[in-house]
Amino acid sequence: MKKIRRGILGRLIPGLSSLTKRGAAGWITIIGLVLVVSIVLMTLLAPWISPHNPIAIDSTHVASPPSAEYPLGTNQVGQDMLSRLFWGGGTMLQVALLSVLICVMIGLPIGLLSSYAGGNLDKASSLVMDSIYAFPGLVLAIAIAATLGRGVVNMAISIGVVYVPSYFRVVRSQVLTIKELTYTEAAKAAGARRRTILGRYILPNVLPSVVVVATVNFADAILTAAGLTFIGLGVEKSIPDWGYDLTDGRALLASGAWWVITFPGIMIVLLALGFTLIGEGLSEILNPRLEQ
Amino acid sequence: MPLLDVGSLTVEYHARRGNVRAVDNVSFSLEKGEILGVVGESGSGKSTLGLSLIRQIPPPGAIMNGNIKLDGKSVLSLQKEQMRLVRGRRIAFVFQDPMTSLSPVKNIKDHFLELLKTHEPNLTEAEALGRAKNILNVLGISPERMKDYPHQFSGGMRQRIMMGLGIALNPDLVIADEPTTALDVIVQAKILDLLKKLRDTYGMALILITHDLSIALERCDEIIVMYAGQIVERAKSKDIQESPDHPYTQGLMRSIPNIELADQKLVAIPGSPPNLLNLPKGCRFNPRCPYAMPYCQNATPLLEVEPQHFVRCFLYGG
Repeated sequence: MKKIRRGILGRLIPGLSSLTKRGAAGWITIIGLVLVVSIVLMTLLAPWISPHNPIAIDSTHVASPPSAEYPLGTNQVGQDMLSRLFWGGGTMLQVALLSVLICVMIGLPIGLLSSYAGGNLDKASSLVMDSIYAFPGLVLAIAIAATLGRGVVNMAISIGVVYVPSYFRVVRSQVLTIKELTYTEAAKAAGARRRTILGRYILPNVLPSVVVVATVNFADAILTAAGLTFIGLGVEKSIPDWGYDLTDGRALLASGAWWVITFPGIMIVLLALGFTLIGEGLSEILNPRLEQ
Repeated sequence: MPLLDVGSLTVEYHARRGNVRAVDNVSFSLEKGEILGVVGESGSGKSTLGLSLIRQIPPPGAIMNGNIKLDGKSVLSLQKEQMRLVRGRRIAFVFQDPMTSLSPVKNIKDHFLELLKTHEPNLTEAEALGRAKNILNVLGISPERMKDYPHQFSGGMRQRIMMGLGIALNPDLVIADEPTTALDVIVQAKILDLLKKLRDTYGMALILITHDLSIALERCDEIIVMYAGQIVERAKSKDIQESPDHPYTQGLMRSIPNIELADQKLVAIPGSPPNLLNLPKGCRFNPRCPYAMPYCQNATPLLEVEPQHFVRCFLYGG
């Protein structure tokens, strides 16, 4: 059998099967991956698997309980909850992905440079990051989202700002250790350029921790995005979203329509749980000290 | 003209509790292909001396005084970028700890290719690979293991790989800081043989920093004995073998086991090295010296007691 060696996918596939050999942590990661991948697939395939148009209004079935036609019931304007369930994760996933990208792109380089250079640059950036960190995350995200207005990008920015300090702190503390290690000294003594030391010696050794922070960040971003939409700071109301369904469902719950809030709620929990499990599993697998 | 000429080199660490002079007025020179041993206890300034030669003393340390000349050209006046080209290319440094001196996320091939391409950008990948293979052969490591990562090698093999990286660019001088300290005696002997072989093959000079006088006596042409930042004795190694003059060197000699003298007792030097923040007056060894006399409270000069044999002790005049 010929070995697959080319491309990222070719390297990832053998990596995935090796997860089964890593004990509990490996299985936790696999469960997380299965949850996340199936929710992502469900959202991507929503246009084909939805029985109804998620925003079409059926005035004959307003707030009707689960039935054969509407397996998860309908909401107060008569929209199919099953279709809304299939469609409703899209915004959240986009926001989470974008906010993680923003965080990595800002937190990682600032952490690397300031910690490697040290001195006043490090002091200044630490001060800024610590002041952001001192705010309660959700309150800060709400404040920024309220200032910027609705939209996927604005939500991603407001969540990103909150999580940049987490990356900064992790990267900074790792770099402080790695830059003192002999292999960095040895690279310098062998005439390596500064950018080589940063890019080829320090960065690859920091990345495992960044991956772990990123998965935890994903989970948090999902919850925060749901929270922002719940209080009306998300996307346009016409786009199906679990966060809005929670808002609607809360109002309907008093009248006994439990199905509107329950199913989107479960989806949010599962998605966040999936990312958390991946993060937990990876942090154990990627930490060499916990190996075996 | 000697390959390396170090004149009254002084290095200080500006610590919060005061200035520590880790290297105090050290002068020596080194010819092409020569092996120089730098011997001393931990804290005697030998590693700082080694690092100062490539201007890589960790902060808050700094070279305060003196000069370092490589082929007659001052190393201390070089610009940062020129200094970077000296490191690795002309002076290579082999670090003490084989376990952490290779990056865990790079395989051996990457280590070699990066080093070669940094200093010789025109080298093709195939040429660089060929050179790396040759070096691995000399080191006694199968080139098939090129794609293996550091954790897949033993400590001794890693140390050999680091030496291979040190000589890869055919430098004029290799500084090896305690290259064998973390290894067992058998591997230690192999590594030292290898260093000598590399010296004979490639003709570079070697500075061997060690705390083990017996290793230096066996492998080096010339020896510097350091104590509390100063050179206390400097001579050809056979002269030190025959007549160690400084009481500290004599003490070190008495602490080496000798199989020819079956009932010889090993004698330890009493006391411990002085705190560099609070040095004894005069000769720094006098509180531990069996021959100490009141006159030792005065500053001791480095005296040439025989041609090319220097001793910092009043027993020999001054």
